[in-house]
Amino acid sequence: MSEIKIKIENLYKIFGPRAREYTNKVKGGIDKDELLAKYNHVLGLDDINLDINEQSIQVVMGLSGSGKSTLIRHINRLIEPTEGTVLVDGEDITKLNKSDLLEFRRNKTGMVFQRFALFPHHNILDNVQFGLSIKNLDKSESKDKAMYWIEKVGLTGFENKFPNQLSGGMQQRVGLARALAIDPDILLMDEAFSALDPLIRTDMQDQLLDLQKNLKKTIIFITHDLDEALKLGDRIAILNGGKLVQDGNAEEILLNPADDYVSNFVKDVNRIKVLKIGSIMNADGNKNESNPSVMIDESIENCLPTMLESESGLNVVDSEKNFVGVISKNNIAEILRKSKD
Amino acid sequence: MNLIEFFTAFPEMSAENLRLFKKSVDGAYRNFSAKYGDAIEAVFDPVLYFLVWFEKLLHNSPWPLVILALLGLVYLGSRSIYLTIGSLFAFLFIGYFGMWDDTMSTVSIIGVCTALTIGFGIPVGILMSGSDRARAMITPILDVMQTMPSFVYLIPVVMLLGIGKIPGLLAVIIYAIPPVIRLTDLGIREVNKEVLEAADAFGANRMQKLFRVQLPLALPTIFAGINQTIMMALAMVVIASMIGVKGLGQPVLKAITNQYFTMGLLNGLAIVALAIIFDRVSQSYGKRMQQHRAGANE
Repeated sequence: MSEIKIKIENLYKIFGPRAREYTNKVKGGIDKDELLAKYNHVLGLDDINLDINEQSIQVVMGLSGSGKSTLIRHINRLIEPTEGTVLVDGEDITKLNKSDLLEFRRNKTGMVFQRFALFPHHNILDNVQFGLSIKNLDKSESKDKAMYWIEKVGLTGFENKFPNQLSGGMQQRVGLARALAIDPDILLMDEAFSALDPLIRTDMQDQLLDLQKNLKKTIIFITHDLDEALKLGDRIAILNGGKLVQDGNAEEILLNPADDYVSNFVKDVNRIKVLKIGSIMNADGNKNESNPSVMIDESIENCLPTMLESESGLNVVDSEKNFVGVISKNNIAEILRKSKD
Repeated sequence: MNLIEFFTAFPEMSAENLRLFKKSVDGAYRNFSAKYGDAIEAVFDPVLYFLVWFEKLLHNSPWPLVILALLGLVYLGSRSIYLTIGSLFAFLFIGYFGMWDDTMSTVSIIGVCTALTIGFGIPVGILMSGSDRARAMITPILDVMQTMPSFVYLIPVVMLLGIGKIPGLLAVIIYAIPPVIRLTDLGIREVNKEVLEAADAFGANRMQKLFRVQLPLALPTIFAGINQTIMMALAMVVIASMIGVKGLGQPVLKAITNQYFTMGLLNGLAIVALAIIFDRVSQSYGKRMQQHRAGANE
């Protein structure tokens, strides 16, 4: 198990002039709608506890108004919490003074925005350099770094263009390069791909996963799109009305939804495409030498053809080709039946 | 009976009291200006020196050189060869009809006035944009400055500083500075919130945000304000001439009092020519700045 990079504990956020007075009411069980109706305050986050592992992609998902954008803004404290702590590498972000907070933002976090938020008066090079120039980095050094990231996101040759001369997908690549240029440990992505059209979106997702293989950043990715969440997320946290209703990997969310809200969310997901063999195999089964083998981290869909040709099932092996379990047609039929209900 | 009287005649203060009120306010102000007039005048001395120096420079330099310099500025600002040629003819027309010296006086006072309004107006606008309280306090003052008939505030200015260039300059600035302040405030407030949030997310401090994001993005709007300010300053030229400011206003004033139609028209046309040149140059400069600032597309 990898180290915990970000630890969010008992985090509350209430919007309104008398937020502090109402935290106790929220702790006493008042929900978002009641707080708004009775006291005219908006409940943003309600007792969030979340551990985010180093070098992993943590997706935070929920419908609009569920508090996901509020949550991500607590990690670089663009929004002040009403109560609670956010620990990054063991240091409480909520206690930082003004200049330490600026230093923290300049060095530890990079942020990518839904509507890109590029600086329209700067060309691409200067946009990517922005975080470096804020740090007063040496000019030629910052240019080298910026050019490196412009190349990495595939925008070489566009460095002298302006944001309004680029397509949406290209603009968001600039946004990504701008965030990565300061070499942050933490990458905050607030619905970063939601404004892009589907093909470009898939492209950007692949590019992000590709980059992450080498970068190994701690990425917090906000989305309202479940397919995107399942594709990108090592873990997925689901928010509803400011509450964290479930945090788990794709299998846990699909197979054991915590409540109706989550099961509603996941009901249309194509399970055989998302679920891995490992999550439905029978680990106690005996190896049958005459059956073909499949990898434990293969999706169910990918081994369906082999499964259909086989007589009695398949052997499951891990990456070192050690036998770890078996899988039968019944196991798969069960999953298919479940998703039909 | 009394009731009817109440409704038909406004219950006004007695004539005696009103007279006393006016007298005591005037007296107090007269005492104030007698006591501090010189000190306050001394504050403006550097401005006066600069204004006189600038006017002399325009007057004493050979006219072809001045025209060349002015045309150079016109071209740099507008990048338009047509406007530059048009300006050349305008200046030649002005000189040929004997208005060169007056025009140079007007150009110098407008130039100094513009520099001062920018120097004061933009910082005040920045202050206003940063605080709703400052805005609530400054806005009514600006309203008064723009709507109070200029003759009214000329009275205390002349009482305090006498007749001459500085009171004229002050009158012009009071009338012309509000657009720069208002549009600086507006321009900064209009900067896209998401872009500002991005600057915050990268750890920009207040000054970095102001100088790298807010002011550059507000610049086209600020420039619209500067343009308006120049136009309003030119409109004040005639009124300022009433308190002794040299320039195109004085012949116009003379023409009004003596019913010299041609003299009035010629000098009026010279003011129009200056206004058009200033306006086109500052507008096309503002437009050029706008090129990439209109915002990234979705």
